[in-house]
Amino acid sequence: MFDKIFPPEKIVLPNGKTVLEKRSRTPLLFIIVLLGTFLSIRFTNFDFNVLVKRGHEFFVIINDMIPPKWDYFPSIWQPLLDTIMMSILGSTLGSLVSIPVAYLAATNMIKNKVVVMVARLFLSILRTMPTLVSALIATFIFGLGTLAGTVAIFLFTLAYVGKLLYEQIENASLDAFEAMESIGMTRVQAFRYAIFPQVLPNYLSTSLFCFEGNVRYAAILGYVGAGGIGLLLNEGLGWRDYASVGMVLLMLAITVFLIETVSEYFRKKLI
Amino acid sequence: MNAIEKQLYAKPRSNVYIYIISAILIGLIIGSVFVIDFESMGNSGWTIAKNILLGIVTPDLDLLLNFTTQGVMYLLLETIAIAFLGTIIGVLLAIPLAFLSASNVVPKPISWITRLLLIVIRTIPSLVYGLMLIRVTGPGPFAGVLTIAIVSIGMLAKLFVDAIEDLDTSIFESMTSIGCTTFEKIRFGIIPQLTAMFLSIGIYRFDMNLREASILGLVGAGGIGAPLIFAMNSYRWNEVGSILIGLVILILIVEIWSNNMRNKLVRG
Repeated sequence: MFDKIFPPEKIVLPNGKTVLEKRSRTPLLFIIVLLGTFLSIRFTNFDFNVLVKRGHEFFVIINDMIPPKWDYFPSIWQPLLDTIMMSILGSTLGSLVSIPVAYLAATNMIKNKVVVMVARLFLSILRTMPTLVSALIATFIFGLGTLAGTVAIFLFTLAYVGKLLYEQIENASLDAFEAMESIGMTRVQAFRYAIFPQVLPNYLSTSLFCFEGNVRYAAILGYVGAGGIGLLLNEGLGWRDYASVGMVLLMLAITVFLIETVSEYFRKKLI
Repeated sequence: MNAIEKQLYAKPRSNVYIYIISAILIGLIIGSVFVIDFESMGNSGWTIAKNILLGIVTPDLDLLLNFTTQGVMYLLLETIAIAFLGTIIGVLLAIPLAFLSASNVVPKPISWITRLLLIVIRTIPSLVYGLMLIRVTGPGPFAGVLTIAIVSIGMLAKLFVDAIEDLDTSIFESMTSIGCTTFEKIRFGIIPQLTAMFLSIGIYRFDMNLREASILGLVGAGGIGAPLIFAMNSYRWNEVGSILIGLVILILIVEIWSNNMRNKLVRG
């Protein structure tokens, strides 16, 4: 299409041959991006003057956060622990449940196309649902508190680990699987002894990675009342008590950093 | 004992290590069960769950296919605009920061300080930025754009740094030897190596930003999140259904498009 409107340039080489050089697509892309930016500016009422005039307000808030309020530490401790425990339970259950779902979504394990389609659609819908939205729905069903947050994390982990796991199952070597089937094992047994050991290291590594991300997500789930440290953030920001917010953020940063370091160490060992 | 068994027993044993790690893990998981309060689940839970499912299955089609400023289509467009502009600003801010933290471009101390700054920017949750920026611009999509821009800096810069540190420097040496000026070295030596990677990272981040933008409405920063939470709080599950369906379809389409584009870019 593009080449028809802007025909390729003909270059005659010194030896008489002609070669076609396709026109660069960069200007077109540039115009599209520029047009998109312009439309977005109109849509979102982006106003540079406001930014220049009131931009310092943002740094006023950051200034208030430093130094953080150290005496706030004892009241942070329990919600922070709740947040971590929510992520641990949600991630563990989610990655366990993801095994059967991934089995159902792998085309080389299940020959029935309908089952595969349904399992994949289920995973896609769960994955595209933002965690905060599923947490919000969960608070309506399970009440305010840590249970709703755990359910939201469980659903996200199930979708994320499930998707990566079924891709790994499809890429696994089927040689041992076929050999075991031929000596009379059922498909599930053969999966357990031939495929599962192959995907296990990657599966554990993905679950750990997902857990890392979940600690960050869990931190904001409290905003919709799903338990954990987000509640404190919400209160602090609502009352403009920025020194406490600073303390919460500092503790959060330290926790996330520690968990990432530990998890990275184990993930390197696994692969 | 045959050869296979011998080989099996020759494998290094680290049982104590495995037992200790397993014990810690099981302890953590069991401990976490006690933290979760199962008491809070009310009896009305099942009725609400049923209503939600009914609402999602029978969405409010008028709202879904409505093109006025209240309709789902307009809100989705606004969400896309927030994510798009946010990504563009984020990329523009992240590029200089990425060069400042690449250890093969600037001296070590500067790269360390920039990296620390990036880690701090990354750990603060997006909702916190949203709430802080609303104080600057007032509620509305403008705050959403700024939030998305700041949130994306952290990850974009981190991925950009990896691309910059992988630059093939032997090209510069050969360009110097044939007498290229600094500008020519940047134009023909650096930019062609980086554009594909940078574009692919930018598209990936746009995909993620769309999800972020859809929840920022919860704090009043524009997009589809605010109508969603209003509809939920007033138990209008049909509206919730139509908003969620629109959102899920949009995110799925963008995800498929982004995967295709990135595959094309990486393969050249």
